[in-house]
Amino acid sequence: MSEPMLGAAIELLDLQKRYGDVTALANVSLDMPAGEFVTLLGPSGSGKTTTLNAIAGFLQPDSGRILVDGSPIEAVPPHKRNIGMVFQSYALFPHMTVQANVAYPLKRRKMPKHELQRRVAESLELVGLDGMQQRYPRELSGGQQQRVALARALVFRPRVLLMDEPLGALDRRLRASLQLEFKRIHRELGITFVYVTHDQDEALVMSDRIAVFNNGSIEQVGTASELYERPTTLFVAEFLGDSNVLPGVIADGPAGRRLLGQGYELALPEAAALATGSRGVMTVRPERVTVVPDTPTAPRRCGNTLAGRVKQVIYMGGIRRLEIDVAGFTMLAQEQAGTGAAVAAGDPVLAVWDADRSVVLPDEQGEATAGAVTGSLEEV
Amino acid sequence: MREPRRLALKAFCVLVAVLLVAPTLVVIPMAFTSSRTFRFPPPGLSTRWFGELFADPAWMDSFVLSLKVGGVVVLLATSLGTMAAFALVRGTGWWRAPLNGFLLAPMIVPGVITAIAIYYVFLQWHLSSTFLGFVLAHTVVALPFVVLTVGTSLQGVDRRLERASTSLGAGPAATFLHVTLPLIAPGMVTGALFAFLISFDEAIISLFLSGPFNRTLPVQLYQSVSTTLTPTIAAASTLIITLSSAILLLSAVIASRRRTKHV
Repeated sequence: MSEPMLGAAIELLDLQKRYGDVTALANVSLDMPAGEFVTLLGPSGSGKTTTLNAIAGFLQPDSGRILVDGSPIEAVPPHKRNIGMVFQSYALFPHMTVQANVAYPLKRRKMPKHELQRRVAESLELVGLDGMQQRYPRELSGGQQQRVALARALVFRPRVLLMDEPLGALDRRLRASLQLEFKRIHRELGITFVYVTHDQDEALVMSDRIAVFNNGSIEQVGTASELYERPTTLFVAEFLGDSNVLPGVIADGPAGRRLLGQGYELALPEAAALATGSRGVMTVRPERVTVVPDTPTAPRRCGNTLAGRVKQVIYMGGIRRLEIDVAGFTMLAQEQAGTGAAVAAGDPVLAVWDADRSVVLPDEQGEATAGAVTGSLEEV
Repeated sequence: MREPRRLALKAFCVLVAVLLVAPTLVVIPMAFTSSRTFRFPPPGLSTRWFGELFADPAWMDSFVLSLKVGGVVVLLATSLGTMAAFALVRGTGWWRAPLNGFLLAPMIVPGVITAIAIYYVFLQWHLSSTFLGFVLAHTVVALPFVVLTVGTSLQGVDRRLERASTSLGAGPAATFLHVTLPLIAPGMVTGALFAFLISFDEAIISLFLSGPFNRTLPVQLYQSVSTTLTPTIAAASTLIITLSSAILLLSAVIASRRRTKHV
């Protein structure tokens, strides 16, 4: 587009929404700085779409505030909020051509015809759909339909664009190419994008900032690497990527503070802030775990060590995954293919990792069980 | 084994079709007879009975009355029926099922019962044998058809489209006008055609409501048959059949176009 559009900052303060006995939003507060690509990530029913609909104005929160550039918008009806929205179902008007669909928001704003024509053409060019003006939505593929929906949501130059699982109905390859497209358009326009998805891959690829939702509240907000490297709750650690989860009780010992679990005693990372005697969970990413053959002559390793037996070796292209049976549970290790020691199923091995490369999180309820947890990354 | 069975089925279908349609179609050649009496097959062909039909003020008055009543019924039944369909499809609450039953009742209650009830009430309200009386009575019986066709259309409308329209800056009125209305229009047109057909063909209630001067076409037909028996009656019947068939055909065309147009 010719003139630069600038994004608006959105601030959510203590949003709450209940449906009878069901709490859709428990207490959602979130800062979305102007021009950022913010993803609301979480399993279905976690409140991410409810939050999006509250920003769009399709539902009224029971309490809380929604501020756009500092001014409250709860009382503004949805059609006057000037916020673009893209739906998973595309929601193109079936009785209108592509041209008429994209012109729709401009017509409602009574824009003069020549200006309207120019803007529609511009918007379709932005999404790469030149020359499709006279087609009907039913004549387009799913990916093309979503591009039209995007052009339509951007043509009136909103300062905020909301996207509700826009790629949910598309196949994997198309999803990947549209993700890059969304990122490009976000960069070009500089407006604030709020993107809802349950697919962590999507969130990691596109977002400046991710808010992880669970049970109607936000577990953690941060950049992709912050969430992955330094999760602050067990849910985030388990939801994003794969983790080895090792629960236990924090205890003082002669060699410093340790985590005592069933069949293991582990050194804590320096940063662990849990009180002695409380329950905690150590989470270690598979790529932080090194596997060495367990021979009597093997040199003692520094760091945490668990002895076990290789259950399975899985090659996944450039990487290799090892499933290791350790005293009643399974641990996952991941190595670059071609590196590390040659081990095969059935070999006795040691799983070794540096305590400072692990994260220890509180586990008040003692709910965690030892073993490997694979995040939603695996679903296709 | 399968082939003879399919043949038998075809034969049966043809038989049923003949039984249903043949008596009606017999009227058409009789309307073009050259004879003064009802004789089948007609001894010769002529259009003189149509000439008499169009020249006779009694026939023409009733024909025009039927068209006028039908026209107003279309407007009333379509607008009221559409509103009712919205309430039934979009509303929430316990009242929807009883309201639905109430609105569809004229289709289920025997015509004579409705006719007697309307006749009794309209006599007291001085609506009997008036234009307004015909319009109101026909609207009652035409309404269920509009409610059904528009309701079905409305159920097929994706509500996310209305949400999208709202997010694009259209208020509730603009959203209805530009999104919802075009999507239910085929259902409304079908409902309107049915409403006209119901009104135009309606005989029982009209018989009760008709006076010596205000008669709808079916009533005029009935009265003529009971007094004189001329081929004019066949000509009038042919007129009704042609008009009704044309309207049915039209609604079939609309329905099939709708199927091919929207996914």
